[in-house]
Amino acid sequence: MRDILTNHLLSVVIFVPLIGAIIIALLPLRNKDNGELDSSGATVVKAVAMIFAVLDFLLSLLLIPAFQSGKAGFQLQEGPYLWISRFNVHYHLGIDGISLLLILLTTFLCLLSVIYSFNIKTRLKEYMVFIMILETAMLGVFCALDLVLFYVFWESVLIPMYFLIGIWGHERRIYAAIKFFLYTFAGSVLMLLGIVFLYVHTHTFNLIELTDPRFMPYHLLMGLPARTLLYLYSAFALAFMIKVPMFPFHTWLPDAHVEAPTAGSVILAGVMLKMGVYGFLRFCIPLFPEQARNSAPLFITLAIIGIIYGAIVAAVQPDMKKLVAYSSVSHLGFVMLGIFSFTTIGMTGAVLQSVNHGVSTGMLFFMVGMMYDRKHTREIKAYGGLKRSVPILAAFFMIALFSSIGLPLTNGFIGEFTIMLGSYLSPFAGINVTALACTGIILSAIYMLWLFQRVFTGPLDKEENKKLHDLNWREKWVLAPLVVMIFWFGCYVTTWTNFLHTPVNTIMRSSGMSEASNSISQRVAKLP
Amino acid sequence: MSLVWLIPGLPLIGFLFHAFLGKSIVKSMGDANGKKTIGAIATGLVFASLLISVMVFMDLMKLAPADQRQYVSLLPGGSRIPWISIGSLHVYYMGIIDPLSLLMCFIVTGVGGVIHLYATGYMADDKDYPRFFTYFNLFIFFMLMLVLSENILLMFVGWEGVGLCSYLLISFWFEDVENSKAGNKAFIVNRIGDLGFSIGVMTIFAVFGTLSFYTPQGTGFLDMAAKGITPHGMLSVGAATLIALLLFMGACGKSAQFPLYVWLPDAMAGPTPVSALIHAATMVTAGVVMITRVSPLIVHSPIAMMVIACVGVFTAFYAATIAMTQNDIKKVLAYSTVSQLGYMFLGCGVGAFAAGMFHVTTHAFFKGLLFLGAGSVIHAMSGEQDMRKMGGLKDRIPVTFWTMVCAWLAISGIPPFAGFWSKDEILGSATGFPQYGMALYAVGLFTALMTAFYMTRLMMKTFWTKPRYKDEELGAHSSHGSDDSHSHDAKHHGVHESPPSMLISLVILAILSVIGGLVGIPGHNLFDKFLAPSVAPYPLKDGMPVPIGMLLGTAFGAVGIAVCVVMYNRRQETGDLLSPKEKASNALYKGSLNLWYVDSAYYKLFVTEGGKVAEFIWQGIDRALIDGIVNFVAGLLGFLSELFRRFQTGYIRAYAFVMLAGVVAVVISVLWPFLRHLHI
Repeated sequence: MRDILTNHLLSVVIFVPLIGAIIIALLPLRNKDNGELDSSGATVVKAVAMIFAVLDFLLSLLLIPAFQSGKAGFQLQEGPYLWISRFNVHYHLGIDGISLLLILLTTFLCLLSVIYSFNIKTRLKEYMVFIMILETAMLGVFCALDLVLFYVFWESVLIPMYFLIGIWGHERRIYAAIKFFLYTFAGSVLMLLGIVFLYVHTHTFNLIELTDPRFMPYHLLMGLPARTLLYLYSAFALAFMIKVPMFPFHTWLPDAHVEAPTAGSVILAGVMLKMGVYGFLRFCIPLFPEQARNSAPLFITLAIIGIIYGAIVAAVQPDMKKLVAYSSVSHLGFVMLGIFSFTTIGMTGAVLQSVNHGVSTGMLFFMVGMMYDRKHTREIKAYGGLKRSVPILAAFFMIALFSSIGLPLTNGFIGEFTIMLGSYLSPFAGINVTALACTGIILSAIYMLWLFQRVFTGPLDKEENKKLHDLNWREKWVLAPLVVMIFWFGCYVTTWTNFLHTPVNTIMRSSGMSEASNSISQRVAKLP
Repeated sequence: MSLVWLIPGLPLIGFLFHAFLGKSIVKSMGDANGKKTIGAIATGLVFASLLISVMVFMDLMKLAPADQRQYVSLLPGGSRIPWISIGSLHVYYMGIIDPLSLLMCFIVTGVGGVIHLYATGYMADDKDYPRFFTYFNLFIFFMLMLVLSENILLMFVGWEGVGLCSYLLISFWFEDVENSKAGNKAFIVNRIGDLGFSIGVMTIFAVFGTLSFYTPQGTGFLDMAAKGITPHGMLSVGAATLIALLLFMGACGKSAQFPLYVWLPDAMAGPTPVSALIHAATMVTAGVVMITRVSPLIVHSPIAMMVIACVGVFTAFYAATIAMTQNDIKKVLAYSTVSQLGYMFLGCGVGAFAAGMFHVTTHAFFKGLLFLGAGSVIHAMSGEQDMRKMGGLKDRIPVTFWTMVCAWLAISGIPPFAGFWSKDEILGSATGFPQYGMALYAVGLFTALMTAFYMTRLMMKTFWTKPRYKDEELGAHSSHGSDDSHSHDAKHHGVHESPPSMLISLVILAILSVIGGLVGIPGHNLFDKFLAPSVAPYPLKDGMPVPIGMLLGTAFGAVGIAVCVVMYNRRQETGDLLSPKEKASNALYKGSLNLWYVDSAYYKLFVTEGGKVAEFIWQGIDRALIDGIVNFVAGLLGFLSELFRRFQTGYIRAYAFVMLAGVVAVVISVLWPFLRHLHI
């Protein structure tokens, strides 16, 4: 037992939810004709799901003491164990600080999603099974060091999410589910081609061998013609861009978000989008540093467009969930700006903002879901003056809102400020680009405060709104941990940045940018 | 010194206490007792902060002026925990104790405490009493963070935090959606300024590599700026100008300078104690405090100083023109605040930072008092804010009247009241400014006349002219939305003086408005001497001789008052200078009354037209174009697959044929390189 926990902790963290899924699936419980379980059956399903979600969260916490933040390279490695010998595919896991943060985010949000989803009535058993499978797949993505293994996890994320949207979604769920599946799948197929091509030329799927100059495959890869590398880079980048999503590949996101059940939206925004971000940091930049550097102006442009465009479109949405969805486009624009600033501060900020976005947007989606549970509509117009009838909900919403628009001492500020500082210092951006990004912060205040005004303030004039009940204990238990995270990140971010110094420096070094960024302050100092 | 963390700490404790326990206290102790307890705790904590500030002041004054900059932790037990530590960016929860930060601590906790006391009476009937003091204490906390911080990023925390509290308190009576909109406007316009502030902070980091103002080792960016250096060589004028202008943009937002002043008059939608504390005495002066804090950097840029002085004096004049015609008593005071803030920036712009801070101080006394007095008037009139429906209150509410007289003379620049000394010092310094000093002075002096005029107008309309209301009608209608949920009419009928808690506050501030300026008498300027360790010295030319300046200033103020008194005495009955006909034809009057159409132009441009553009981007670009392409591609693929499905006929013969064709194609393609050379 101890041996498994020390030597195979990652596998344990990844597959515990899957075991939970299997157990839930094997429970001898049948849905009644209306698709619901009887109450004792539902309790059992909830209990099992809860046990495994909590267990996995606790196990993921064990990663923290096991992890050495100062150490370079991948830690807690497992394998490589040969998996498919014909093609030299291995089962190979390992994490760095970036993965660690995203793993913790995943187990944290999945746990909250499970608690939140206790109110699911129809086909609860299947629902929990899909959530647990989804958790395993997402955790796998953040741990895999073998390209094929990564791809397998990457694609298997799609399937449970497809069913979550398609079965438990809202009115246009089928359209949204298919669009989500095909759109992201189309991107990933190109990436698969890229992976195969890499293998043909380097005979390995091992990420470490491909990115470390001490190994042959690295030199084989670098020896490829520039044009070939550019095509390969584009294949990877496109898959990740769609996942993030970057403008103009974002239109699947609002549809999927709006139609997905609440927990689905939370996981989608909180974790799945970060898979795209992670893809850039883990694969695109280390595998193709030169191409990534050269494409920085393009990506920064798209990121800036995304920031402003997402915010403007969010402002005019009549549907709360869509508003939050478009705000994600804007926030992820910041993340991409941070990555492609190619500065230490900017990249650290990008990772922080990924987690922050998961926390604050996740919280917003939870709260929109809570309001939907009460009134069965997402139309902003149907609300008004709710601060009087549900003051605690309003207070929580306000915290999420101010975290989302980056008020200092909340997590959002740390992310946005460090990203913009990185962009300011970046050789690819500078003061003007940063000023443009900063307008996104003004716009975010506009759409969020306007939303709050229309939903929570004004006269409580609609009869049905007067009788809404305030948050219950289950809901408070979902939101309170998120509030703690908001202020933890906001007031003492050092806890988390300690994990990020080494991996960010590694990425910076592999992209060949570290010296350049040091000389920037001199460049700026030579202002007229 | 080791107690410094308690200065912001106590209000923070108050905030947490009220936020988590406020409601249950009211519930368990009963309405009246519960409110008393909450009010006492909130007010007591702020005064406790004042007490600690005084103790720290005593300690600091024992030191030589050169040592009057102490570095302290803002965390309990003096711990030095980093807030952010990434790459070369390190920010700690540290504070600076020097004359500037202590002066602001006095103003914030002293005037703040008095206004807290006032609010315990003013808000007594409000059902959201605990929520009010929750926000009020939080405001004090953030304001103290702003003034105490050791680095500009931590200052930005306070800066945004007070903005948050301002937003929360403007929209305190949220059931009226107009209040909520006013709160949004305040927050959003401030964010525009904050764009400048945050880019300015980044520029400071890029140029100096640090965000600390000062450090014990002399590596803070102001340490460097004072020596005119950066880590990479000399500090260029361009860099200094860029930073100064960006930071000033932030100051324009927070301190309501042209063209970002539009939020402040609307902010009067909040309860009157909020207007007095946040939108007159403390928060809106944060811009002046910040510019004074970074004065060693500002003085490197003559262009930035000129811009600050010009924007300041223009705003002073411009806001005064609007204040001349407003009818809402709080709106007059709001534009007056904008105008007075303009004076403060004029002082900073001409290099007289201490004079600017002096005006911050006296303004906190008399403008706080004016707002509290206005609140008392509104209270007496059962919620009426329109001066056209007031008049003759002089004998009905004597304490309010006499305290208001002190404030009125102070703002009008009549010696020896507080406002006279500070305004005079600013104007006098302007005459010594090398670039266009006399022009700045002339505009400032004329604005002083206008100030005296519109303030006298306010006094005439409310206190001296004949009453234009009937006692029994008061409170029958609620004329202004802001006082919807704040109704005293249940208890009182007719004009009535305010409760003691409010009157005590008025008297305290009145005393300060009378004698507060005596610390800054030319020749014996204790104030400037006290502040000297915190501000950059700036050599001014010899301007106008002091006695002449004082004489002119007094004369202009007196003329303004006299003209107004004479004019209104002729119209005692109506209390209106212009007849309705004259009002309709007078373009200047209409322009001023309609705020020179700036607000409506902003609304049209940014809300109406901006909304249309956003709608177009969503519907036209996002849905039709981008998503249209996506769905088109998907549809095309669907169509093609439909087409290909036809081939799947299910007949073995057909499959066999296709397979054969395929094999032939593959063979040909494999053999193609050879076939090509056959030259058939």
